[in-house]
Amino acid sequence: MTVTTRVRSSETRKTGAVKSRTRRRRLESWKAFLYVVPALAFSLTFLIVPTLQTAWYSLYDWNGLSAATWVGFQNYLDIVQDEQLRDSFLHVGVLVVFYSFIPIAIALLLTMVISRAHSLRGMSFFRTVLFLPQVIASVVVATTWLSIYSPNGLLNTALRAVGLDSVTRVWLGDFNTALVSVGFVGTWLNVGLCLVLFLSGVGNVQPELFEAARLDGASSFQEFFGITFPALRGQIVVALTLTVVSSLKTFDLVYITTRGGPGNSTSVPAYEAYSRAFNSGQVGSAASVAVVLTLGILIITALIGRLQPKETE
Amino acid sequence: MKISIGEKLVSYVVLGLFAAIALIPLLGVIITAITPSGGSGGFHIPNTIDLGNFVEAWNRGHFANYLFSSFLVTVSVVIVTTVLSVLAGFAFARLKFFGSNIVFFVILAGLLLPAEAFIIPLYYNLRSAHITDTYWALILPQIAQSLAFGIFWMRNQFMSFPGEVIEAARLDGASDMRTLWGIVVPPSTPSIMTMCLLVSMWTWNEFLIPLVMVSRDELRTAPLGLAFFQGQHATDYSLLASAGIIIAAPIVILYFFLQRRFISGMLGGISSR
Repeated sequence: MTVTTRVRSSETRKTGAVKSRTRRRRLESWKAFLYVVPALAFSLTFLIVPTLQTAWYSLYDWNGLSAATWVGFQNYLDIVQDEQLRDSFLHVGVLVVFYSFIPIAIALLLTMVISRAHSLRGMSFFRTVLFLPQVIASVVVATTWLSIYSPNGLLNTALRAVGLDSVTRVWLGDFNTALVSVGFVGTWLNVGLCLVLFLSGVGNVQPELFEAARLDGASSFQEFFGITFPALRGQIVVALTLTVVSSLKTFDLVYITTRGGPGNSTSVPAYEAYSRAFNSGQVGSAASVAVVLTLGILIITALIGRLQPKETE
Repeated sequence: MKISIGEKLVSYVVLGLFAAIALIPLLGVIITAITPSGGSGGFHIPNTIDLGNFVEAWNRGHFANYLFSSFLVTVSVVIVTTVLSVLAGFAFARLKFFGSNIVFFVILAGLLLPAEAFIIPLYYNLRSAHITDTYWALILPQIAQSLAFGIFWMRNQFMSFPGEVIEAARLDGASDMRTLWGIVVPPSTPSIMTMCLLVSMWTWNEFLIPLVMVSRDELRTAPLGLAFFQGQHATDYSLLASAGIIIAAPIVILYFFLQRRFISGMLGGISSR
């Protein structure tokens, strides 16, 4: 009798201790959760739930005012069938070339020529200037280029000064040049970014490697493909991610400079999504464009991320 | 390592050329801004410097008003983002709790989602809540966006904080809150400052959210104000250039003083992702 009670009481004591320990752990877990609750609430309320709603909206035909009608995947079919929407996705493809591929190619080429510039005196000045376009508000960049491309702007004035009057035109108002002109702003924005990134990457290469290559009589070409390029893989992935995503998101520049015109020649998905939702009362269609754009950005980011060399993670 | 004079020369020429390409459009803006307005409208180097455009742009464009809005929104977003990022970053880096991975993933999604993904329903949601056309509609969504970056940034910072110091504080009986604000935050100030700078820049320069969320003139932020000003004075490039300089100046001045932080932050924040 006494034995069993003693055993029982020791057991209850034991389970009591275990219980209080798990309770304490649960309490700690609960307290830690409180640290992230405000952030989580913000994220859910303003980002995550609305994103899911976008997908929901995209299945309706809705003008933003009256009742919405269910249309299934019709809005998505329209993206393929409607020429205006299809073109907007083609245009953004052109912008990727100007925002991403051209700046990266130019910056790699320059890095090949000046691979050791990072140790030069005055490099921090050059870095500051090259990076400057990145910190200027996109709206200000857009109005700046609007004035450069204007009929009597900097570009046409410069062309006339060197006798190329025949080339001058209203750059942003011409069907043939508007998209390229918008794209060139992206090139201007991103060349400096890529160059700063790549030069800092070369700066991390051990100088002995270059010296050994020189002693072996390697040409600067061989040096680039043997040492510089492999060392820059991480930076190239970063540059690709930054510039491709920024080109897919292009909105401010198109809104300020062309509003998608002339005609439809510079419309891009982000602009179509905005103008359909808030100007022309095609909310469902706008949502479907937003969904495709978002998925495109997520997929491309993931694909580019796979190029990242493993050892840097 | 020795660099030959020839190579140095080539390097300077290349760097100089591309620095010039970056600067010429911006110098063009400055020259346009000080060119007396109302002339032929063409680009030329002016004979006289006229600062009158700044005064006129300032007065006609309600820029005192727009800058105030931008300032209010930016400061609010930065303060709330910083406090909440420090708390959440610390929890993700140093505390164990149920579901931390899922919660982190949800918050991180904000880093990848473009504004287009959520802006349309967000507008209708906030309109039902009667807060479109108020500062709330500008501040709250931008806090949510900035938190994704801020938490990611602070978590990385706190993960590299020496664990022994935190353990020692705990053994002394300090609570998690005291450990965080008394021990972990003070030496992390430089990295918190970098985060504040980047969030300030992104918030100050943001265009789409203000464009969608507010229509009252007195609520417009500086970039939105410039867009409307451009709509009204489409071809008066001198006025536009002056207005653009006024808007870009606060961030550009910060950048010139703290360029190292801006560059390492913008490049580092992404590459460590």
